[in-house]
Amino acid sequence: MRRQRWFTPWLLIAPAVVWLLVFNLWPSINTVVLAFTDAKPLGGGQFTGLANAERMLDDEQLSYALINCIVYLLVCLPLLTLLPLLIAVLAEKNLPGITFFRTAFYTPVIASAVVVALIWNWLLDDRGAINGIAQQLSLLQKPLPFLTDRWLLLLSAISLTVWKGLGYYMIIYLSALGNVRRELHEAAAIDGAGAVRRFVSVTIPGVRNTMLLVTVLITVSAMRIFSELYVLAGPTGGPGGRDMSMVMLIQLYSRGFTGNLGYASALSVLLFLITIGPMLLLLRFNRRTAES
Amino acid sequence: MSPREKAGRYLLLCLVLVITVGPFLWQLSTSLKGLSEDIYTDTPSFLPTDPTLANYTRVGEQIPVWDYAVNSLIVAVIVVAGNAFGATLAGFALARLRFRGVKLVFALILATLVLPGEVTIISQYVTVRSLGFADTLIGVALPGTVAMLNILLMRAAFQAIPSEMDDSAVVDGANAWQRLIRVGLPNVKGMLSVVTIFAFIGAWDDFLWPLIVLNDPDNYTLTVGLQYLDGTFTANPRVIAAGTMIAFIPIVIVFAVLQRFFFRGVASGAIKG
Repeated sequence: MRRQRWFTPWLLIAPAVVWLLVFNLWPSINTVVLAFTDAKPLGGGQFTGLANAERMLDDEQLSYALINCIVYLLVCLPLLTLLPLLIAVLAEKNLPGITFFRTAFYTPVIASAVVVALIWNWLLDDRGAINGIAQQLSLLQKPLPFLTDRWLLLLSAISLTVWKGLGYYMIIYLSALGNVRRELHEAAAIDGAGAVRRFVSVTIPGVRNTMLLVTVLITVSAMRIFSELYVLAGPTGGPGGRDMSMVMLIQLYSRGFTGNLGYASALSVLLFLITIGPMLLLLRFNRRTAES
Repeated sequence: MSPREKAGRYLLLCLVLVITVGPFLWQLSTSLKGLSEDIYTDTPSFLPTDPTLANYTRVGEQIPVWDYAVNSLIVAVIVVAGNAFGATLAGFALARLRFRGVKLVFALILATLVLPGEVTIISQYVTVRSLGFADTLIGVALPGTVAMLNILLMRAAFQAIPSEMDDSAVVDGANAWQRLIRVGLPNVKGMLSVVTIFAFIGAWDDFLWPLIVLNDPDNYTLTVGLQYLDGTFTANPRVIAAGTMIAFIPIVIVFAVLQRFFFRGVASGAIKG
């Protein structure tokens, strides 16, 4: 048996380690370091201690961003936990042509958030399809300002996210449904349980762990929302910047000559602190899956 | 299944189909409508009465959309090649080779997963700039070229290979490279295609990172360029629709061609709760 030369594994793993150090570890450390400075995009910056943290306390835009993220989460969570499950149950049976339906349902997931937001821009415009149809059916007297009213804009972004997420979570549920025992369904059916009853007392308990995983995924992604709001609301976050998201704010402070990398980094650290809990849960899920 | 239940299921499936795919078709239809066709009436017709490709040439006159598409393609090719290469090699080493430090490397890779990309994006930009790649396509591609998640996925795929296969190769005197090429690669094709599809889609669709890295409009990728189209130049929804279709159609083609591998990969446990 030939001995493996000692450097062979390192040769194989070298690119990964370089990327790990240069593009993951170093930026993570640097984010924390920059958070305590007033660094500018063009370089420089002094140590300022907790000044950035103090600044956060009376940053109006930050409180808008946090409120938006929370509202976003509260509305998305129930919708995106349940609707994709219903669709998965529908797409689970092996009917002729079912692969076509599954693939089609997944299309919004693969489209860029920018493309999707531009399409919805046109659907939700004052003169767009949704207002047009609603007026035609006399549901509305005049168009609803989906893209200019604060809460309607947020609602628009939420519906876009839910729409784009349907296929993604459907796939996750589909693989979980495969593990729900068929006999249980049959037994329940023999006992006279209808479709609704079986869904509640067989399907839902069967995919409980997956539902938990999905809620974690949704929670993390609600805090990371960016592209949809950026395109729907405009770079400044809608009227008065009130449709700001945390990531938009980070992005905003890091650009241009007047930007403040230090403050943007401090906001990044805040974002990290908000997402760390759900992320750790997610990691436990992944590990359990990788091991099983 | 009774015929009635079957019909009910198809009806519901079609309803979901209209909801998920309808907006894309609406946009496609808008992109094909000529200037003479009124798209603002209360009941715009779904099908273009007189289909034309004029909007696709017009979008090219207003922004260099085809150059942007080439830029996106360049970024996507670098990212796909980097991940196919880097994640495969590292995944194999982590799963199949024993060496000092393997645990540390694995733990560090795992640890990076708790960092949402948005958290480190500013420092990543500072890093890319100090390497001299600010405002370049290489700078856009670089951080994602070896994605830590893909290394873990490839590691899991290599681990799933029965150890007897590997052991017999070792007994036969195969070295690490031969084991990777003869035993490893043929058994991880499925996961490799999943990684490739996701790397392509991720690179092609990304918006925030190229938005931060790129300043010069000549270097814009499609997503950044499209945003620019909506903001600055035109209020003509037909032209914007044509632009979005140029960004959307390639990804649909890639996905349609490779979806078999994708769904198989998912079913074999890429994402499982």
